[in-house]
Amino acid sequence: MRMIKILLLAVLLTPFVAHSSGQEVELDKAPIDRTDKESLKRGANSFVEYCLTCHGADFMRYNRHRDIGMSEDDIRTELIRTGQKTGDLMEAAMRKKEAEQWFGVAPPDLSVIARSRGADWLYTYLRTFYQDTSTYSGWNNLIFDKVAMPHVLHHLQGWQTLEPGTKNLALTKSGTMTKEEYDKFVADLVNYMVYLGEPHASYRKELGIIVLLFLFGMLGLTYLLKKEYWRDIH
Amino acid sequence: MNKQQNSMMEWIDKRFPLTITWKAHLSEYYAPKNFNFWYYFGSLALLVLVNQLLTGIFLTMSYKPDAGMAFASVEYIMRDVDFGWLIRYMHSTGASMFFVVVYLHMFRGMMYGSYRKPRELLWLIGMAIFFVLMSLAFTGYILPWGQMSYWGAQVIVSMFGAIPLIGDTLSNWILGDFMLSDAALNRFFAYHVVTLPVLIVVLVFVHIIALHETGSNNPDGIEIKVNKDPQTGIPVDGIPFHPYYTVKDIFGVVGFLIVFCGIIFFAPEMGGYFLEDNNFIPANPLHTPDHIAPVWYFTPYYSMLRAVTVNFLGVDAKLWGVILMAAAVVIFCFLPWLDRSPVKSIRYKGPYFKIALTLFVISFFVLGWLGTKSVTPLHTLLAQIFTTIYFAFFLLMPWYSKIDKVKPEPENVTK
Repeated sequence: MRMIKILLLAVLLTPFVAHSSGQEVELDKAPIDRTDKESLKRGANSFVEYCLTCHGADFMRYNRHRDIGMSEDDIRTELIRTGQKTGDLMEAAMRKKEAEQWFGVAPPDLSVIARSRGADWLYTYLRTFYQDTSTYSGWNNLIFDKVAMPHVLHHLQGWQTLEPGTKNLALTKSGTMTKEEYDKFVADLVNYMVYLGEPHASYRKELGIIVLLFLFGMLGLTYLLKKEYWRDIH
Repeated sequence: MNKQQNSMMEWIDKRFPLTITWKAHLSEYYAPKNFNFWYYFGSLALLVLVNQLLTGIFLTMSYKPDAGMAFASVEYIMRDVDFGWLIRYMHSTGASMFFVVVYLHMFRGMMYGSYRKPRELLWLIGMAIFFVLMSLAFTGYILPWGQMSYWGAQVIVSMFGAIPLIGDTLSNWILGDFMLSDAALNRFFAYHVVTLPVLIVVLVFVHIIALHETGSNNPDGIEIKVNKDPQTGIPVDGIPFHPYYTVKDIFGVVGFLIVFCGIIFFAPEMGGYFLEDNNFIPANPLHTPDHIAPVWYFTPYYSMLRAVTVNFLGVDAKLWGVILMAAAVVIFCFLPWLDRSPVKSIRYKGPYFKIALTLFVISFFVLGWLGTKSVTPLHTLLAQIFTTIYFAFFLLMPWYSKIDKVKPEPENVTK
């Protein structure tokens, strides 16, 4: 028993031995709610509208969106823009070769981008583009220096510039959305990308509760079984 | 009915020693009655092995060992195969949990002196299983062909390149190419699904046979076979494995499954420790990630690899790192002969051993944690200090275990 305590103590103390180096710009917390199907639907529409032209989601099939409460007809009319079938993969409209010529790098596939970057990173990234005349596209980003992607959402968010010598952004010309509207727009989009990263995640958790309830029941039963068998052992 | 069963058993027993085997290994195999919490992990390791074999078969049905298709086929399993996500998470979580239970199983052996005479060979067979397990983990981690699969493997293969004279030829021979590519992916797949699983199953079988020859050690570290009932010849402190330990292990299995399923269903990435964030980016040979960290179970050794920063005795620092790293794993094999204490169990060992083991555990965790972090002067210094402690635990053992003040062992096992 004492060894268990020592072991636990070692596990708990490990992170305190040295400090980890923090990120330069603090990420904003993304307001993610995977169970909010309306938010996911809005996000899906924005994703198809703004992202899917250049980025693919090559591992995702359109008809998977039945998960978030869309019918085959909804999927056909709202999400499919270029005549694919509902069982097709969500591939980018743009060819990879051309994209590479235009942007220098092929836009990455977004199927699992929320799993590699994390929701907070995406939420911050999509809100911290600023104008920068020194870059090829005229845009730069606070948390992704010299990013190849131009700010495709600038007509919604407006134009931001970096205050010299700081990490603060100032809105110089407003877009069609207020700050609150744009934040909510990005939140929906990021929420959708989190869903896109692992479409089964909600079901996984639902199933997990049933599995754990069953196992806790089994734990009680097997404990009683063990106790019964071991009654005569001292 | 009973008569029929008996004649059925007779028929089989004349052709296969079923009843004899059942008695020798289960119903009349006597295990010490004082097994505690730490004695669950052997049977749990067996459970995880079966889990890996079964889920692995199903993954193989949909996985494509092809540099162009591997990453997509894993996502295909995650999305389009019915319950593919569950099978894959069972396998990926199983890989990490295999190391959790095996590390705890080994730690149990270190606490209670299970490696001591007459179980030296049992310990060595166990170490062979551990080496195969590490190879399985390495070859398996390459298969999703993400950035960490690729660059993690690159680091490991480059260690072979550090060997003087033959290094480059050796790493080319291992890879089947001048760089990590499709050829390597294919052969690592072959090792992962055929060669190594066969090896580990055979070794586990041999491990259990060796265990049943010597009998289990126990938390008191005394031999129960010494004290037998004069009439029956059964150890006084022994109880039949079946049904006592079968029902106890079933309880342990359910307890383990609660943890296992908790991870699978609620935190399959385990905060980036079981499935790393960067491994959700397809492998790109032209783009080295800023920060390469192996999966958690290799990080203590990775820290030691990075801890050596100076060339020494005309040998390159990198080669020293590789030597140190290999030594850190192999040194466990010498434990049966390093320990000179007159008693086996920590319960009767003195303060020196207790302090040494505690320091060892702390250094293992700190090194593991450092292995996930990027290199800074402070991190390197810490890695050097704790690598020294790690090795001191083994190398000074003949001395401190001998002069330690031990307590007398009891005649019979205690509660």
